[in-house]
Amino acid sequence: MASKPKLYYFCGRGRMESIRWLLAAAGVEFEEEFLETREQYEKLQEDGRLLFGQVPLVEIDGMTLTQTRAILSYLAAKYNLYGKDLKERVRIDMYVDGTLDLMLTIALAAFSAPEDREKAQASIVQKAKTRYFPAFEKILKDHGEDYLIGNKFSWADIQLLEAILMVEELDAPVLSDFPLLKAFKTRISNIPTIKKFLQPGSPRKPPPDRHYVETVRRVLQF
Amino acid sequence: MAGKPVLHYFNGRGRMESIRWLFAAAGVEFEEKFVETPEDFEKLKNDGLLLFQQVPMVEMDGMKLVQSRAILNYIATKYNLYGKDVKERLLIDMYTEGMADLYEMFIQLTVTPPDQIDAKIALIKDRTKNRYLPAFEKVLKSHGQDYLVGNKLSKADILLTELLYTVEEFDASLLASFPLLQALKTRISNLPNVKKFLQPGGQRKPPTTAKMMEEARKLVKP
Repeated sequence: MASKPKLYYFCGRGRMESIRWLLAAAGVEFEEEFLETREQYEKLQEDGRLLFGQVPLVEIDGMTLTQTRAILSYLAAKYNLYGKDLKERVRIDMYVDGTLDLMLTIALAAFSAPEDREKAQASIVQKAKTRYFPAFEKILKDHGEDYLIGNKFSWADIQLLEAILMVEELDAPVLSDFPLLKAFKTRISNIPTIKKFLQPGSPRKPPPDRHYVETVRRVLQF
Repeated sequence: MAGKPVLHYFNGRGRMESIRWLFAAAGVEFEEKFVETPEDFEKLKNDGLLLFQQVPMVEMDGMKLVQSRAILNYIATKYNLYGKDVKERLLIDMYTEGMADLYEMFIQLTVTPPDQIDAKIALIKDRTKNRYLPAFEKVLKSHGQDYLVGNKLSKADILLTELLYTVEEFDASLLASFPLLQALKTRISNLPNVKKFLQPGGQRKPPTTAKMMEEARKLVKP
């Protein structure tokens, strides 16, 4: 019997969170090893498991994988969350690239100087409200279906929900002008695997705090 | 009969150049519509052609594709430059994601404030010489084949060649200790389609200067 995938990262969201979401939504149990010391990180490097000297690192199917997007694409295909053909696939790629860009700016804002952080976060909320959410609201409006693509649950739906929740943490009423996204959020949150992931005690990680930022800086030495 | 793909972008490399390389290597002729005035950009947005109000945008196969990764993956799949199976695809993705990270550092250099440029340049040199190029040299050494993955030309070889030219333009000495990468660069450059692309009169764009970036920024934010 195959062993569970194993995730190596800090105990926080960063670039690993979207991978946790995808595995959880697919109903796949996984293990995690949290990086807390420089020594742990150096050992991973010395063992030759980090292709470009970086985490996230995921061990799955006998392979040692790095690069977030490569891992996400592999998982999406493996768990049938990547559409039915090339045309659906490219649309999923467009949508997830957009949401991932948005979420990475949120992850990076945690590392900005305290005096710059509020401004950075305001800019992110602005982008979400004027660039990303209108695009997805329109997509849902145009086809009137429950999911973003092909009337079937996909990686794009998981990532949009993840992004919506992240932006709501910065600005709770951000969906007030987006009724279809509100309904989408409720609908996707109620999918059993996702509902379980959203409950306390799941592998879902909290927003980055000072302790998380300090850990990352210490381990990666920057 | 379907028309040629149409590429919408500024008249410069930026985030469209990798797409030009991939089309060229695949032997696919394409047209370009350059965004030259703020009005050009407004028109694209107002006509609803830009999913996230951004370029690059490529019109092909009846679609308006945005997000460079999504576009590159679509082209690679369509023209058989994405390996023969899921595992080869995964390797190609891991390698190209690393390349994209380094390429992004070069893109960011053109918008770096003067007082930070020296530090940025030093970081790029360090990453190039100590993180990225060694990783790719090691891959080629490990199997001794002409191409990075599966003994067959893929998106990874083409984008690596583009990156090596970028590195060479930046500081040719950085390539000195990587003989296998130099050989790959020569080999890919000699493929008839690539050779044509690289010749004067080909659609390859000249190196980006800070001035060009400034002009491009004015078009997006008048």
